[in-house]
Amino acid sequence: MAVVLLPRSLLALFPGAERRYELDGASVDALIAQLDVQVPGLRDRLVDSGPRLRRHINVFVDGDPADLTTAVGPSATVHVIPAVSGG
Amino acid sequence: MTQRARLLVGTKKGAFILEGDAARDQWTITSPLCEGWPVHDLIVEPSSGAILAAAGSPWYGPAIWRSDDGGSTWTHSSAGLTYGDDGPSIETAWSLAVAADGAILAGVQPAGLFRSTDGGATWSHVEGLTNHPTRASWMPGAGGLILHSIVPHPTDPDRIWVGISSVGTFETNDGGATWTPRNVGVRAGFNPDPYPETGQCVHKLVMAGGGQTDTLYQQNHCGVYRSDDGGATWIELTENGLPSEFGFPMVSHPRDPDTVWTIPLNGADQGRFVPDAKPAVWRTQDRGATWERHADGFPQGDAYFTVLREAMARDTLDPVGIAFGTETGQLWHSADEGRTWRMITDTLPEIWAVEAMVVPA
Repeated sequence: MAVVLLPRSLLALFPGAERRYELDGASVDALIAQLDVQVPGLRDRLVDSGPRLRRHINVFVDGDPADLTTAVGPSATVHVIPAVSGG
Repeated sequence: MTQRARLLVGTKKGAFILEGDAARDQWTITSPLCEGWPVHDLIVEPSSGAILAAAGSPWYGPAIWRSDDGGSTWTHSSAGLTYGDDGPSIETAWSLAVAADGAILAGVQPAGLFRSTDGGATWSHVEGLTNHPTRASWMPGAGGLILHSIVPHPTDPDRIWVGISSVGTFETNDGGATWTPRNVGVRAGFNPDPYPETGQCVHKLVMAGGGQTDTLYQQNHCGVYRSDDGGATWIELTENGLPSEFGFPMVSHPRDPDTVWTIPLNGADQGRFVPDAKPAVWRTQDRGATWERHADGFPQGDAYFTVLREAMARDTLDPVGIAFGTETGQLWHSADEGRTWRMITDTLPEIWAVEAMVVPA
């Protein structure tokens, strides 16, 4: 299962959400969809119309920049990080 | 029952709530709410007393925040607040209002209108406005293409007016299915044709108080106006003594349809400061025929601040209390209908919105 790590500022929007999730998903989009099931509304905070990741949200899969379509391996580590470009 | 005022303040770095005492003399301030998100507007849902905030995070996008306990705890949602995957991204939620049937209306950037019938949990797009035949000609103003003013009719849920920067005022009489431009008589001085059908830069739209629902007032980029026919035509009031045609905020008296307050600012290309660096709030009590300048309590010079369109509000107490916030983080208050002023605080972030509500003391 992939490990997904969420940032503090995102956790602050969803009381009860965890910093670390272990999820099955073949892509970043699939992982976010699963996160949204566990944390309703979370997808709207990360994904803009298109669909695409919001402009100032960075996602890294095993350290490499990713977008929604990026494949995620079964033991990958996925970081969700607010970009410095957002302020 | 004794009542007191509560001020809701939206800033570049969160919402703040100020609790006033019964005399509106002492105020306490919360720490930043809504997780420090930029907050463009705050309203109170009359049926519940809930506070709603229109916000937009540069990281996490637009959302409407809601508190059902006076600001202690908040939820947020943007479910349905989208133009769809083929449409433009919504940058932020900019304005809020409650329609006569209790539906919550939200204006967004880029300009559009959304409606919620479940307290802000989910939203639906009012497509009739977005699909208006003039849409292709809508050009953004300095701050963007923003639906910033929403004026619902107090008893007819199908009748709503909206103001869009650099586009003008529109009215619907069928709940948003169709819209009519309402800009006749309003100057667009930056346009070759100063009186186009659309393209006026309305800054703030308000309805007169006292149930006079066909009387509207507007502070525009190019003047101050009044309409006596529900926006069908407008009369310019600028030359009746106001120091400038330019300004942002405006509030109407809750009970007197002839009284409105505005804060004129110097020109759009002159810094948008208070004229001559001397702050003043201007009041009319005769529908704009004459204007009174009130500056008691303000600095008498060297004041270079701007007050934005949503950053002024009034309560419903008697006498009416008025508050406004500046881009420099000052919050000012008058407990006597604008005659005298006192600064509550000068240490808030850049203030974008002020709303006043009345609660039991």
